[in-house]
Amino acid sequence: MTQATNDKAEQNQTSKKPSKKKTIHRGPGRRAQEARRQFLRSVALTVGVTSVSLAGFIPLKGHADTRLKMRPPGALTEKDFLASCIKCGQCVQVCPVNAIKLDDLDTGFGLGTPYIEAREQACDFSCDGLQCVLACPTGSLTHVLDYPKDTRMGIAKLDKPKICLAVAGKGFKGIARGPDYDGVLRYEDIDRWNPIPLKDHPYDVEICDLCVQACPIEQRYNQCQEGNYPSGDKNQCPPKRAIGLELIEEKNGVRHMKPVVYDGCVGCGVCEMICPTEQAAIVIDYNEVTKMPLSPEYLKKSEGHS
Amino acid sequence: MNRSLESLLQLLGRAPRKPKKDELSPEVQKIYFYKKGEKVTKAQLEALHDEHHKNSKNKWRKRRWLTLIAVNLLFVVSYYFDIQLLEGALTASRFMGFHMADLNSALQVMLAHKQVLINLMIGITTIFILWFILGGRTFCSWVCPYHLLAEWAEKLHLWLAARGLAKNYTFHRGVRTVFYIIFALLALLTGYTVYEFISPTGILSRALIYGPTLALAWVAFLLLFEIFLSRRAWCRYVCPIGITYGLVGIFSPVRVTYDMTDCKHEGDCRNVCLVPHVLDVTIKNRSTDVEIGIGADCTRCGLCVDACPTNSLNFEFKGLTRKSSKPEVERSLMPEKKEEQS
Repeated sequence: MTQATNDKAEQNQTSKKPSKKKTIHRGPGRRAQEARRQFLRSVALTVGVTSVSLAGFIPLKGHADTRLKMRPPGALTEKDFLASCIKCGQCVQVCPVNAIKLDDLDTGFGLGTPYIEAREQACDFSCDGLQCVLACPTGSLTHVLDYPKDTRMGIAKLDKPKICLAVAGKGFKGIARGPDYDGVLRYEDIDRWNPIPLKDHPYDVEICDLCVQACPIEQRYNQCQEGNYPSGDKNQCPPKRAIGLELIEEKNGVRHMKPVVYDGCVGCGVCEMICPTEQAAIVIDYNEVTKMPLSPEYLKKSEGHS
Repeated sequence: MNRSLESLLQLLGRAPRKPKKDELSPEVQKIYFYKKGEKVTKAQLEALHDEHHKNSKNKWRKRRWLTLIAVNLLFVVSYYFDIQLLEGALTASRFMGFHMADLNSALQVMLAHKQVLINLMIGITTIFILWFILGGRTFCSWVCPYHLLAEWAEKLHLWLAARGLAKNYTFHRGVRTVFYIIFALLALLTGYTVYEFISPTGILSRALIYGPTLALAWVAFLLLFEIFLSRRAWCRYVCPIGITYGLVGIFSPVRVTYDMTDCKHEGDCRNVCLVPHVLDVTIKNRSTDVEIGIGADCTRCGLCVDACPTNSLNFEFKGLTRKSSKPEVERSLMPEKKEEQS
């Protein structure tokens, strides 16, 4: 109590002014000090939040135009794709096989952008009309693309020929990815419009050719050969085959079958998805595409767009 | 000064100005003068307050929370049951097939990509018209999911702050404009939609619809920051979406209007407001007209309308709502004699 009174008295002595006036005198000084502190805090906030936002660069470092994951059909080059995607997920919602997922924080500016994990669920072009492309509001999935044959998601490669059943001369009997696998595929002969779980469709083949059988481009190619155009549209027809089993003769004279990827492959990933070995023997390289030229329809439409 | 310009400058961070005496309309001067002679006791205020809250408790807040939850739920339900009513997320969507695009996300995309597609243009136009009519930042308080979480966090913040367990560090409001420019420039120069990487609105909207992500940790961090260190910091000082919609709402017909006649200037409205500077006109001698529209930074959340014990703050739809019901007679009855007395 006395301490406080002493302090007060001291203050009064030093200022030599009535205490009421003193507060008015000191007011602006304090306010200026607070304003300066507030300014410094604001600078700190600006630097802080901006730095966090720039952290989105970290995962992209060094590969601005390299895809970290497979993108849905029609995706622009990676740089343009990340610039234009508005991260709404409409492509996710329309996909009939739920192949598309959205990226998380770990991909930096890829946050909220769509990707496909082919081994879990590949795009099998069930929809024929490329619903994801139609749904995209910004053209990140280019609206020039109308047909699966002009898609360029990547290209299949026989990554591990040593484990490939066909190369080993083995057949396959049973459920391709086991009873716990949830992926779905469309089977033309079962139900044209509704994809069914892979586990509901067992295979029994003498030499494993699941990747060839399931390939949507191969199926379309064969349908067209029979004059039976997908969705009744001749433009749906792929100009070239995508994959086939070939009889290979090694230098040492050993002969065996082997899946060979042709120029018609668009990288949809169904082969990677269905491959029944523990790890997929055949996988998609989504940073490379076929040398096959785009169709005249595509090129014509693309002129109108640019 | 032109009121729209003043409203714009306040949106960008300028502190509200105290009007000079000659800027106040004669009628306003008369009312302020009358109020000078009328002492309001604390007991009177409390009585007014109790009377007011007896009848209408959080009417607008209830409506707003319901709307906000309904809109966000519509996205979720639409996808979950595949009814294709409202597809996409808050950044871009289609309502019954018709394109809509969040204006700030669309701006980021246009700056980064430097190309605009017709679909995006349709989406931008729709949303522009929608929020122009409904009041710009109305988006913030009636739709943005982060706003709702931040509102709850604010409650917690105030509770903790009252017990000395949380601080409220303030920032200069102009810093939000600085962020706006920074994020526009970053999009333009880097070619990435940089703001989308940290936008809690986008992150939350997608998490609701497509399932939780790690990015929610960032949203949680922001909420903790607001709870313990700075009241409503993101919406007040950072979010560029607020500025974008604020700009859209400058000339909007939907707004909160202030009628100073019965106002007791006790400040209940400013205590609950997310952007209290827009309510500086409710301070004594700050209003230039008897009735005045609240500025563009206002999110039309209605908390002040709920809080005001004298019904001095009300929603208005310009051209549709009738002028506030104070009869002219009552105003003219404000004793002029008193003026002579003093």
